[in-house]
Amino acid sequence: MKTQKILNGNQTIAEAVRQVDPDVIAAYPITPSTAIVETIASFRADGLISGEFVCPESEHSAMSVCIGAASAGGRVMTATCSQGLALMWEMLYIAAGLRLPIVAAIANRALSAPINIHGDHSDTMGARDSGWIQIYSENCQEAYDNFIQAFRIGEHPDVLTPVLVGLDGFIISHSSEVVQVEDDAAVKAFIGEFKPPYPLLDTSRKFTVGPIDFTDYYFEHKRSQIEGIEKSPQVIEQVGQEFGRTFGRSYGFFEKYRMDDAEVCIVVMSSAAGTGKEAVDELRAEGKKIGLLKPRVFRPFPHDEIAKVLKDMKAVAVLDRSSAPGAFGAPLFTEIRSALYDYDRRPKMVNYVYGLGGRDIKVEHFKEVAAKLERIAATGKVDEMLGYLNLRE
Amino acid sequence: MKKETWRELPIGTVNIHAGNSVVNLTGTWRSGRKPEFIESNCIQCLFCWLYCPHFAIRVEGGKVTGINYDYCTGCGLCAEECPTKEKSIVMTKEEIQLAEGRKK
Repeated sequence: MKTQKILNGNQTIAEAVRQVDPDVIAAYPITPSTAIVETIASFRADGLISGEFVCPESEHSAMSVCIGAASAGGRVMTATCSQGLALMWEMLYIAAGLRLPIVAAIANRALSAPINIHGDHSDTMGARDSGWIQIYSENCQEAYDNFIQAFRIGEHPDVLTPVLVGLDGFIISHSSEVVQVEDDAAVKAFIGEFKPPYPLLDTSRKFTVGPIDFTDYYFEHKRSQIEGIEKSPQVIEQVGQEFGRTFGRSYGFFEKYRMDDAEVCIVVMSSAAGTGKEAVDELRAEGKKIGLLKPRVFRPFPHDEIAKVLKDMKAVAVLDRSSAPGAFGAPLFTEIRSALYDYDRRPKMVNYVYGLGGRDIKVEHFKEVAAKLERIAATGKVDEMLGYLNLRE
Repeated sequence: MKKETWRELPIGTVNIHAGNSVVNLTGTWRSGRKPEFIESNCIQCLFCWLYCPHFAIRVEGGKVTGINYDYCTGCGLCAEECPTKEKSIVMTKEEIQLAEGRKK
């Protein structure tokens, strides 16, 4: 039965896991995603899920178990974040290279050093070239919805690519909200059955999974892997629309907020988008022509679609919750700025790094960005490309 | 064997050609030393056959008859594991050269 529950982000993921009931769950608890793993363990102990629950000795092993189980043909999931995701690093590439549609919930958390348990996107941004699809959530409802869709997207025969779903550590993982939990049977029906192309448990065919490639095959296999994620955009769109038809909440690559006549735009992902919308509302009330764009899918990066929305803006600020030391701006910024390169008419752009290690971002900080955008729009000049929000200078 | 293009490969790094390692002449990796079989010392315990990682010990009619140098990497496990007092397999110096199969 469809119900409304008060759940935090970790609990919404656990609820989705209970409904999906994957064949194998392998996870090692790490703050702030621990409650996902704990809740799943209790569901297993209470007989609410039937899948195998494996608690190995590390995240590296957890992802290794996932890879083995998915190679066998199972529907598999895990949850982790931060150092845990970092420890999975080499296995992430193997999961993607073997085209195993493992689903991972990541309660985004900062990376050490200095050690910090709070929310930022450094962990998943570090995995951005691992070949995983990356979907980010603004709130508990989106975390739940994205997590369910992740199975359909990753397991699509054209895609067969692992998917991670980000929910900001503590801000989403530990904040309780009213969440629409869909009917168990309806969720089961939505995700359907997973049909792996080469399950190792199928002994009627002779094949090997993951043998060594030399210089004569590695390149072809890598190119073949890329095709999976290249084909995922239409699947992500279809699944997002079908989710909307089934449950009433549609999803695309991004959300446009008050963009219709906007002249300047703030781009921000995940939980901070909620605060950003509040700021946009207040600025709109003052007559400012400002809008907000919230990317949901970061990999594959919807470069064309985003560029079309932003190309006619006078100025755009991209807010990144991670830093890329020594790079030409932080990850989201470089993607978007590059996406706009082919357009003759394109906006002036600034990049702000914000919220590292869980540093708060408030309406006043978005207004600071908006004031900067207004100056840039008026003068056509960007004095400083990269700034830091709410940092003691 | 014709090598597939990336579009022709099965999804995932799946190898559907069972037994295809026969075309990979691992003997080409051998460098500097190779095993030599001394039949007169051999007690036919088949330890060398059991331990060889590349199935490079020739066995005919249940008996070790020599080494298949197309696949022998020269690791020396056979000689190490040989239990006879006077070794039935000894490692000898080899000039670096192509494996037999590659000469053809």
